[in-house]
Amino acid sequence: MNQKAKTYTGQTIFSTVTAFTALILICGCSRQDNVDGEQRFITIKGSDTMVHLVSNWAEDFMRRNPDIEVSVTGGGSGTGIAALLNGTTNICAASRKIKKKELDLALQKSIHANEIAVARDGIAVVLHPDNPVTELTLEQLSGIFTGRSLRWRDLGGNDEEIEVLSRESSSGTYVFFQEMVLKKQDYKQDAKLLPATSAIIQSVSTDKSSIGYVGLGYALAAKDKVKILAVKTDDKSPAVMPSDDTVKSGRYPIARPLYFYLNGEPKGTVKTFIDFCLSTEGQAVVTDTGYVAVR
Amino acid sequence: MKAVWKEKTIKLMLFSMASTSILIVIGIFVFVGKEAGQFAIEPGLKELLGSRWIPVSFQKESFGLLPLITGSLLVTALATSLTIPFGVGAAVYISELARPTEREILKPFIEILAGIPSVVIGFFGLVVLVPLIKAGFKLSTGLTALAGAVLLALMAIPTVVSISEDAIRSVPASYKAASLALGASKIQTIWKVTVPAALPGIIAAIMLGIGRVIGETMAVMMVTGNAAVITASPFESVRTMTATIAAEMGEVAFGSIHYRALFCVGIVLLLATFVLNIIAQKVLKKYRMG
Repeated sequence: MNQKAKTYTGQTIFSTVTAFTALILICGCSRQDNVDGEQRFITIKGSDTMVHLVSNWAEDFMRRNPDIEVSVTGGGSGTGIAALLNGTTNICAASRKIKKKELDLALQKSIHANEIAVARDGIAVVLHPDNPVTELTLEQLSGIFTGRSLRWRDLGGNDEEIEVLSRESSSGTYVFFQEMVLKKQDYKQDAKLLPATSAIIQSVSTDKSSIGYVGLGYALAAKDKVKILAVKTDDKSPAVMPSDDTVKSGRYPIARPLYFYLNGEPKGTVKTFIDFCLSTEGQAVVTDTGYVAVR
Repeated sequence: MKAVWKEKTIKLMLFSMASTSILIVIGIFVFVGKEAGQFAIEPGLKELLGSRWIPVSFQKESFGLLPLITGSLLVTALATSLTIPFGVGAAVYISELARPTEREILKPFIEILAGIPSVVIGFFGLVVLVPLIKAGFKLSTGLTALAGAVLLALMAIPTVVSISEDAIRSVPASYKAASLALGASKIQTIWKVTVPAALPGIIAAIMLGIGRVIGETMAVMMVTGNAAVITASPFESVRTMTATIAAEMGEVAFGSIHYRALFCVGIVLLLATFVLNIIAQKVLKKYRMG
């Protein structure tokens, strides 16, 4: 029995060694492929919210640099940061800041997590143009969307029932709004879930008593059909209209920066890619995708 | 000898083609059942009996199917009650009363209606029908079960018309002749003789129409508001089973409880259409025999 176990261990060690040798050989080969010593393959992993944006960047970038391949995968910001710490991705896309715990882990692994803000995500709250309400606090918004406030009259509007419109639960915006505005509470049960941003704009523009939320880019494009609400962080703070400027400066409360995290300073092909994302063309992609540019 | 083999091979090939659809149906049941079965183990089927469907939550996720089932039932019942008078009425007119030129115009248009993609119908519903319902019934929003039912009726009517028309036409001319000879008027003959004689075919047509209504997704998703509430009012928003699967399957984490819950919704839907189809087949068979 003992003998058998020993052989087994021996075999395991043998196969592990073989696997490693093979791996080193493969890595060596692929390095040799790069004649000029430049990396030809970039991997980006992380936030599901950013997948659409990052893929658009990657497509544009690959069109300009046909010899470089950029692979984009989602999985969530947490997954992306874990991959960066394990060295399995070049760039991590994250829709939140890196946590203290993750930073400690990075230091242990002597990885210097370098943060670059590449875009901003802002969400506008929209109303029917005839609704007399022009500003609400985050607290009041939370009340509306969780079902604590039911009538517009209590918020300075007409004596009508509030019709709450939301995106489908599969949308990243749904989760972000739930986190930022509802403070992680559930949406009210009879909130209407619409399958697309365009459906929300369409409904808000026809229903006088409805309220909904959409990405800032879409709201600004539909400015003449719906009213965009000014939002106050609390009772005392001033009401802020969402715009590229207020989202960029952080004064508009329902917004967040979107980050790239990488190990150390960007260099080589990774630098070329990030430079492209922050360039005028790259930031135009941001606006086209419905987010707010940072530069 | 060679010719026999050739014939056998061709026969086998044709047999395998014909039986592919059976294999696919069995395959779908097995696959969907397997995923849904894992839900029965963890967290258990009791979870499905709840009255709240909250699949994404920071507090506690709930996977109660009741609001989805009642939503589908309400929309289907409303759509059926709209489809029957319009569908059967149109079939009677086209087969019994219409002049040949009228028929030449009516039939192709009804067939075109059957061919319009459901997204297009849904979009039409969102832009035209929803505001109309809101204004017509003085509601705060037109995103209601009624809006979904009207669109579904639009999609089911062509099926009902063309199958019931076939049934009405295949009523033997001698029945009608006998009725007219007894002094019955044309309208009396239609309602007392022709339609009752064609009834099994008409019922089968309605069943197939309902089958289409239950399974339809896109148009309903665009106009019913998709709020998962239990209600019997046509003026409330409802969330159907099909819309739930379509809206949530795209982003759900593979293998999660939510993912398996969606397969459970699929099983319920599959069983519903399966039973309806079997009933329709039975009724149709009876009518062919008679």
